[in-house]
Amino acid sequence: MNGDPARVAAKALTHPAAVAPSAFPANWWARAGWIALAAYVVYATSRLDFTWTRFVVGLDQGARFIGRMLPPRIAQPDTLVKGLTESLEIAILASSLGILVSLPVGLFAARNLMPAWVTWPARALIAMCRSFHPVIVAILFVKAVGFGALAGILALSVASVGFIGKLFADAIEEISLKQVEAVRATGAPFLSVVGYGVMPQVFSRFTGFATYQLDSNLRNSTMVGIVGAGGIGGTLFAAFQRFDYDFVCAILLSIIGMIMAGEVLASWVRSVFLERGKVDEE
Amino acid sequence: MNAAATGVREWRRFTAGQRVARFSVYLVLVAAIVASARAVEIIPEFLYDAPEQMQDLFVRMWPIAFYHYPEGVHAALVETLHIASLGTILAVLMALPIGTAAAHNVVPNRVVNYFAKLLLVSSRSVNSLVWALLFVAVFGPGALAGTLAIAFRSIGFVGKLVGEALEEAQTGPIEALAAAGAPWPSVISKGYWPQVEPAFWSILLFRWDINVRESAVLGLVGAGGIGMALDTALNLFQWPRVAMVLVAIFAVVVIAEISVTQIRKRIL
Amino acid sequence: MSAAALVLRGLSKEYAKGKPVLHGISLEISDRGITAIIGPSGTGKSTLIRCINRLVEPTAGEVIFGGQDIAKLDRKALRLARRQIGMVFQEYNLVERLTVMENLLSGRLGYVSPLRAWLRRYPPADIERAFALLENVGLASYANQRADSLSGGQRQRVGIARAIMQEPRLLLADEPTSSLDPKTSVEIMSLMRELCTERAIPVMVNMHDVELAKRFADRIVGMSDGSVVYDGAPGGLSDEVLKAIYGGEDWIA
Repeated sequence: MNGDPARVAAKALTHPAAVAPSAFPANWWARAGWIALAAYVVYATSRLDFTWTRFVVGLDQGARFIGRMLPPRIAQPDTLVKGLTESLEIAILASSLGILVSLPVGLFAARNLMPAWVTWPARALIAMCRSFHPVIVAILFVKAVGFGALAGILALSVASVGFIGKLFADAIEEISLKQVEAVRATGAPFLSVVGYGVMPQVFSRFTGFATYQLDSNLRNSTMVGIVGAGGIGGTLFAAFQRFDYDFVCAILLSIIGMIMAGEVLASWVRSVFLERGKVDEE
Repeated sequence: MNAAATGVREWRRFTAGQRVARFSVYLVLVAAIVASARAVEIIPEFLYDAPEQMQDLFVRMWPIAFYHYPEGVHAALVETLHIASLGTILAVLMALPIGTAAAHNVVPNRVVNYFAKLLLVSSRSVNSLVWALLFVAVFGPGALAGTLAIAFRSIGFVGKLVGEALEEAQTGPIEALAAAGAPWPSVISKGYWPQVEPAFWSILLFRWDINVRESAVLGLVGAGGIGMALDTALNLFQWPRVAMVLVAIFAVVVIAEISVTQIRKRIL
Repeated sequence: MSAAALVLRGLSKEYAKGKPVLHGISLEISDRGITAIIGPSGTGKSTLIRCINRLVEPTAGEVIFGGQDIAKLDRKALRLARRQIGMVFQEYNLVERLTVMENLLSGRLGYVSPLRAWLRRYPPADIERAFALLENVGLASYANQRADSLSGGQRQRVGIARAIMQEPRLLLADEPTSSLDPKTSVEIMSLMRELCTERAIPVMVNMHDVELAKRFADRIVGMSDGSVVYDGAPGGLSDEVLKAIYGGEDWIA
């Protein structure tokens, strides 16, 4: 307030904190956030009836459970092989169908290339496909087309359209329009504009999404069987219900083996298609 | 380019090796699709019948049983959100140390790195529904199994991304702190943490969004949440109630996604 | 002066209602030589060029090219008109992830079916011409390099070659040298003049560098505030005229 330097200096000596602000001011918002989070954890834990005794009993149970899982035993080799093969088939067919559909849907949903009356329905379709877990979609398809692989294929196709469609649309919305403008200026027809102005810019990312989705479909194709939509999941669920835990263990190990093999395959596809694109890997 | 030899110059987009590699990918893909389509058991009548059956399903779902929400859906929906949130928090608590151990620039020990990565891969390789089945077998049906399933499935995801974010951290500030003789907790909290914090929150929100979707199905195997309500309604063929549950899931998922996008915009 | 390759009549553009960027521009571009458009930044030079092939939709006026009004063409006819108008961009606008050869061939996209274009099955004559053009622009050994591995000057050479691949009857160039250093700018302008004179392609080029425009253009159009304020030979660009175009005088040495 008053400009007497001596008094300010004196005050600074007696109340250093009042004058020199701390180098690390306390962030009250962050602290309040942490406290709120802790309070939520306590509240939610109590609501869900988690108790220590339950946990300890569970640990005891868990030890016995693991004991019964080991050693893994392939109780029904034929069923296991048949289930795994069917899961693989579901994943492959669902991925191809899903990728095929998501290409145009994703393109139509890109707001920088398409008018609003096209992007709007495309985006609504993508949102619908994305909102439900594949297993829930599988339940509906099981009710509609009956038990079996078809329901699984349709359910995972829907999931693929939701996932790839959205990422593809987002990728297209991030492209450089200058390149598109240049191709358009040559008098190229629309499909050629897409082929030269758009696809080269998004192809490597699209391959990434597609192989990721194949991977993800492979994982989920082992699960849709739980609700009767084909694949190894049905065998797994049945083994669980029979308390056949050593067979459960064998099924789980073979599922993990198949998924890992799928990852190797996916990375091979990526390496073949992206060798020209090494420098632009984000 | 053998212009002199042939007179007409040829241009090919790829070298011979690239063409062979591409051709073999296409060949394998087409072969896989054809083989799958032939082998998979699809009953044609079911396929032709599908549109009609779908229509029938939607007709039976109408009108949606909104009156069912207060007594049969609300509590389950809240439980689902608790499962997703607590599961995410629990996952982060476990994933942070494991993810850090997997980052070779923070923990320069190959054995530790590989062990941490093995844990993360195992977590991701098992679907959350399988985790749920396992935990239901151990702890009995209910939200505890669901929360643990969500947590164990998320460890791999969060840990992997946190580890990668740490590995991308710039070495400058860390070397400066180390040169100043800072002890390692300070190096972590003042050197690494500020660099990975935005990525961390983004990963957390992203995973929470996924977990909301995933926790909605866990009830189908008895692990609590709205999936239980869905299962009950399905088993009793109460289609209007099924529709109500689906609408509730849809609403929650959309709200979760919108709020995540908004929060990301605000804080990042 | 021979026949006009392009006639603009009363060409206007408003991005926002009531705020015209171009005020009824009327120009005739003859079928020979380089016409340079100069003027301060933001005066609508770029908009003018883009209104000609309708990368920007004109609000009013006529663009007479090849006996028809481009401003009134439907999509299909516009596409056919665009095939005959080559365009060179300030930031080259090459398809970064395609090779130099693919970029050159993209100049033929208006003539090749989308399927053949996707499969890269171009007529041998196109490929032959592309190789010849690459030699002309001094990039013969770069055919299979990706465009994003080239330097700025090299990219603009590819940009010009791509436009020439169209065998255009008019070449539009929007600030083709603004992203280049002075030496490369001169090289690029010489190349453009050489290629277009050989093929008798009229050029309409936007420039902000007055000296470069004087050196290469046969005719200069000075624009200020969306209107033409000078139209004539480069020799007529007196200090007075430049003042009328750019305003102020401190910058004139």
